Amino acid sequence: MSTSEVAARPLGAAARAGRRARSRPATPVIVGAVIVGLLALAALLAPLITPYDPNKVDFLDTLESPSWSHPMGTDDAGRDIFARSLYGLRLDLAVVLFVTYVPLPIGVLLGSIAGYFGRGVDSVMARTADVMLAFPFFVLVIAIIAITGPGLKGVLIGVPIAGWALYFRLARSEMLVLREQPFMLATTGLGYSRTRSILRHAVPNLWRTALIYSTLDMVVNLLLLASLGYLGLGAQPPDAELGSIIAGGQPYLLSAWWIATLPGLILVAFGVGVGLIGDGLSDGRLRSASA
Amino acid sequence: MTRYVVNRVALGLVVLVGLAFATFLIIHLVPGDPVRQALGAQASPQQIEEVRDQLGLNDPLPTQFWDYLSNSATGQFGDSFVQSSAVSDLVGDRIAPSALLIAYGLLVALLIGVPLAIVAALKPNSVIDHSARLVATLSFATPLFWLGLVLALVFGLELDIFPVSGYETGIDGILKTLTLPALALGLALTVFVLRILRSSLLEVLQSDYIDAARARGLSEGRIVAKHAMRNAVMPTVTIMAIQVGFLISGAVVLEQVFQIPGVGSLLVESVERRDYEVVQTLVLLAGATVVFVNLAADVLQAAIDPRVRLAGR
Repeated sequence: MSTSEVAARPLGAAARAGRRARSRPATPVIVGAVIVGLLALAALLAPLITPYDPNKVDFLDTLESPSWSHPMGTDDAGRDIFARSLYGLRLDLAVVLFVTYVPLPIGVLLGSIAGYFGRGVDSVMARTADVMLAFPFFVLVIAIIAITGPGLKGVLIGVPIAGWALYFRLARSEMLVLREQPFMLATTGLGYSRTRSILRHAVPNLWRTALIYSTLDMVVNLLLLASLGYLGLGAQPPDAELGSIIAGGQPYLLSAWWIATLPGLILVAFGVGVGLIGDGLSDGRLRSASA
Repeated sequence: MTRYVVNRVALGLVVLVGLAFATFLIIHLVPGDPVRQALGAQASPQQIEEVRDQLGLNDPLPTQFWDYLSNSATGQFGDSFVQSSAVSDLVGDRIAPSALLIAYGLLVALLIGVPLAIVAALKPNSVIDHSARLVATLSFATPLFWLGLVLALVFGLELDIFPVSGYETGIDGILKTLTLPALALGLALTVFVLRILRSSLLEVLQSDYIDAARARGLSEGRIVAKHAMRNAVMPTVTIMAIQVGFLISGAVVLEQVFQIPGVGSLLVESVERRDYEVVQTLVLLAGATVVFVNLAADVLQAAIDPRVRLAGR
């Protein structure tokens, strides 16, 4: 999860491309939106799509291979993997939305402030962000989970604590350019308060980059969440979560390959969909730096 | 050069102290008493007080931080109070498998990524270029632990070429036990090599001095290998250095998938055991590794490329 490339280069052009793309979306963006839309809908409407309860144990139907009645088979407790995956995706997406879009405004705001004022304020905040970004993201979140104890609580606290620094860097580097622009100098000349200059005039010009970047960040967070679930540090049983479903299937990899493999395809599909959208909106610029 | 390096090292030191402070907080933010939690309910108040004294947890906070900082700088990480042995021993025993896995993964990424990037850059918009793009999109979306499991299923269980878990030393043992996890790690990393090297090669190949080399009648292979690569390779090194955090994170998950006794699995075990001293040390070491690798890459770049070290003048 590197941002130096993104941070080094203000994305004015990419933002304009995003605006252009909105009037006539490129094919990859449409394909991506369809994939993401269908998956999100399936997660939202899970109770209508599958007749099975994700946690219902059925010892007469254990380790069944995929069939019409169980599209993704069943696990060692006879639970329907398709139902568990849909409910798992539901949980994952809800958590991912939270951990992506809570740190975003915080990071953007702090980054704008640091970039606007410069000097002391800026160097203290920038060094703090440097420290956060020096930790391997995953390891930092695990460290926070070590404090809170395994479970979703640690994820909900840990990812935002680690995640704001990214948006801070993006917003700060844009603010450094913006503040020299004539319209920003004019706000000073007109005697606007600093709060008004930052919130009303600078932030509307720089949140777009953060928003485009957040699409990719969502995928990163989804994979992080699933990895934590896989390690047993995220969602706890009996909650269905894609990573923990896959972990539960590992002992049966040879006899019941579908438990560990099929739910992973949902993660891959979602990631590809979001990747296509983000790539299209940013003209492929962001991904080279952040994949 | 000296000025650039001194500046860069000073900045690295500031971040290192910050890292130490952040990890120092871990043990103090644990709700309740970490010692009580670690020793369990049956520990007597005297026992708990004894361990707290031993760990210095009863000293004033600034003193504690100073001790932590100076001890960490000299490699003394104290004792684990869950397992009664020195943290440095616990960690030291587990570093080799992780380091080898990361190095092997890096090698795989270079072996796959560099040739693909060269072909993609020489023939933009060709079939290879487009498939490279597709692979990049896929690998961005693929969870590493799942990729590891799929590789284990195909090459371990179905084709029976590699064992699916465990670790053995020696060249043979490493090739046997680390190839699959390194392949997963390498495939995930290939995207970065491919994307960065392709775009910087494309840029370099359009410059005048490459035209001049072509006009002199040099072979295409020589132009790419000796002239273009020299200028194109540095951004890739920088990005690889930044990705060391990604590599460490990847190793944590893959060690769990393949049951490799490395520092990553030690980290997960320690979180489960509430062994805060070990968690603290591992997180600090992970951060410090990222700082040192990036520092080394920047200094290397300055040594090779005069434009970098003279930039500030």
